[in-house]
Amino acid sequence: MDNILRFRDDEAREEPAVTLDSFFDQSNATAVRLEDGDDARQLIPYLNRLAMIEIGFSAFGDGRGYSAARILREHGYTGELRAQGDVLVDQLAYMRRCGFDSFAPERPIDTADAETALSRWEHVYQEAADDRKPIWSKRHG
Amino acid sequence: MYKYDTYDQKMVDTRVEEFRDQVERRIAGKLTEDQFKPLRLMNGLYLQLHAYMLRVAIPYGTLNGTQMRTLAHIARKYDRDYAHFTTRQNIQYNWIKLEETPDLLAELASVEMHAIQTSGNCIRNISSDQYAGAAADEVTDPRPYAELLRQWSSFHPEFSFLPRKFKFAVIASDEDRAAMRLHDIGIQIVKDGWDKVGARFYAGGGMGRTPMIAPLIREFVPIGELVSYAEAILRVYNRYGRRDNKYKARIKILVHEMGAEKFIEEVEAEFVHLQGQNIDAPAAELERIIAHFEDPAYEVGLTEDIDRSDPDFAVWLDQNVSAHKQPGYAIATISLKPIGGIPGDASSAQMDLMADLTEQYSFDECRVTHSQNIVLPYVRKADLYALWQKLDEAGLASPNLDLISDIIACPGLDYCSLANARSIPLAQKIAKRFADIDRQKELGELKLKISGCINACGHHHAGHIGILGVDRKGTENYQLLLGGSGAEDVSLAKITGPGFTEDGIVDAIETVTDIYVASREDGERFVDTYRRLGMDPFKEALYG
Repeated sequence: MDNILRFRDDEAREEPAVTLDSFFDQSNATAVRLEDGDDARQLIPYLNRLAMIEIGFSAFGDGRGYSAARILREHGYTGELRAQGDVLVDQLAYMRRCGFDSFAPERPIDTADAETALSRWEHVYQEAADDRKPIWSKRHG
Repeated sequence: MYKYDTYDQKMVDTRVEEFRDQVERRIAGKLTEDQFKPLRLMNGLYLQLHAYMLRVAIPYGTLNGTQMRTLAHIARKYDRDYAHFTTRQNIQYNWIKLEETPDLLAELASVEMHAIQTSGNCIRNISSDQYAGAAADEVTDPRPYAELLRQWSSFHPEFSFLPRKFKFAVIASDEDRAAMRLHDIGIQIVKDGWDKVGARFYAGGGMGRTPMIAPLIREFVPIGELVSYAEAILRVYNRYGRRDNKYKARIKILVHEMGAEKFIEEVEAEFVHLQGQNIDAPAAELERIIAHFEDPAYEVGLTEDIDRSDPDFAVWLDQNVSAHKQPGYAIATISLKPIGGIPGDASSAQMDLMADLTEQYSFDECRVTHSQNIVLPYVRKADLYALWQKLDEAGLASPNLDLISDIIACPGLDYCSLANARSIPLAQKIAKRFADIDRQKELGELKLKISGCINACGHHHAGHIGILGVDRKGTENYQLLLGGSGAEDVSLAKITGPGFTEDGIVDAIETVTDIYVASREDGERFVDTYRRLGMDPFKEALYG
């Protein structure tokens, strides 16, 4: 797929992601897809064997996927975390902070616009799922 | 008051650049209106009936003279020479051009101001007690905690697409001047038995179509975990809040449907998990912020005497001046509710004057109240008369704080695209009917609040007397509510019965205040008499 933005060094694996329901039936699947309302916590026992988790955004205004992403990262998931669907350039920076490292937007995002959006914020105010230091941490060394 | 460091300044400057880029992309057609809408909303820009409306944040309602003067300048340069102070302690401009907003925001940023998250489904500007730092009854100044939350909530990556808007209020006294329990999260800063500071959390309050008083969620959160506890609540809300119906999407519906007990269980579990995630800033950061809110350089040995020989001044003094924690000082409220005026509006010239007075008489600090007035929190008692004279000359000395003409009114159908009825002309009519100040004082504390639709921006549920404008078969109709309060005696007002015409509602208010005067016992306010007697005698007089 050519309109995938990916921020990982490892090789992309394109095994199709299965739904959460079928994931529990298929013990060998390594890629799973969560819809907006799916409970990411259900995946916590399986994070070691997963290489790709895709989180669907049916509408950009539905922000449940941001919490799902952070929960997965906070529980130690290190595989690819992809935002798919109604993903817009102005959401990329927030998504990166919540732990997403690849994007499959429905409508292609201009690469230059994406770069501008992702490099815009030199500082952040809060701890999240990325390795950026919050301003309070910079203030106090 | 809080002063930006280079980090804070960089954040607002970056926001200006980002918004400039977004506006350019919108104008170039790279963004559809649908895609642009949430971006402009996150920056306080609404498309209203006639033009864009821009809402500027005034964090916890505190600003200095330079900032007030800049607000006046913006009204003059980008708007029609006036602006409107809101019930969220913010200010809004009604006639803004989209292409000019980036420059306007740059001017705001130059005085440490912004419009970040003043609308949209995100964490909004955090409100607080307008007497913070000056009130005799506070445990501590609540604003440092509000500032800590302001920074945490600004551009929060997880909570920028919540089910619905989200409002915090932070207070630190038992007397509630900020309608704390009518917020999504209400926080009261308290001290425990060992003098340790902590936060008492309420969650799930709000007005709107389904008004609710926030239940207590946790008696005491250690102050070092304030942010992670807030984060836990927000995460539970973001995951489980309803998204199928925007009128059921506020956290109050989640808390209500889930039940407070289950909700607390979810929050506590999330809170335990988040303790391992390095969410909270170290104590040194809170200390840094607290240092910005230290007392001004009070003079000692000042006189407590005030010359009351001018009778008009004495009326204002008794009504608009409140006790201060510091000997020799007082808290003065500038009423933005002149009889026949638009509640909360101020002209550029008035804002310039308030800026001057802020610098001259109040250690360069003033406050916006949720009742849409301005407070000078640190005035020497000896200066009150000179201050009053200057206010009086500018039409800013209405002696009506907390009286029937100190009306909260939403912009209503004159500006707002959601409204069903006009609020401002009605507020003007009521104020004119009760214009006689002796009559107003005779009626005593009477909080009258008007909303032009069920979204309740005019806080009618929390009015001792509330008015709700509705559309009844194409004509404006006004329902009357009695017995609400947004203070520490928080309660929700109840509808009296069928609605009234615009003139009829003014008569109806006179009817219920007559009942009050005839039936009150010693020391009772309108709302106390209502609570004692119940609805029946009022109903009887109105519809009998």
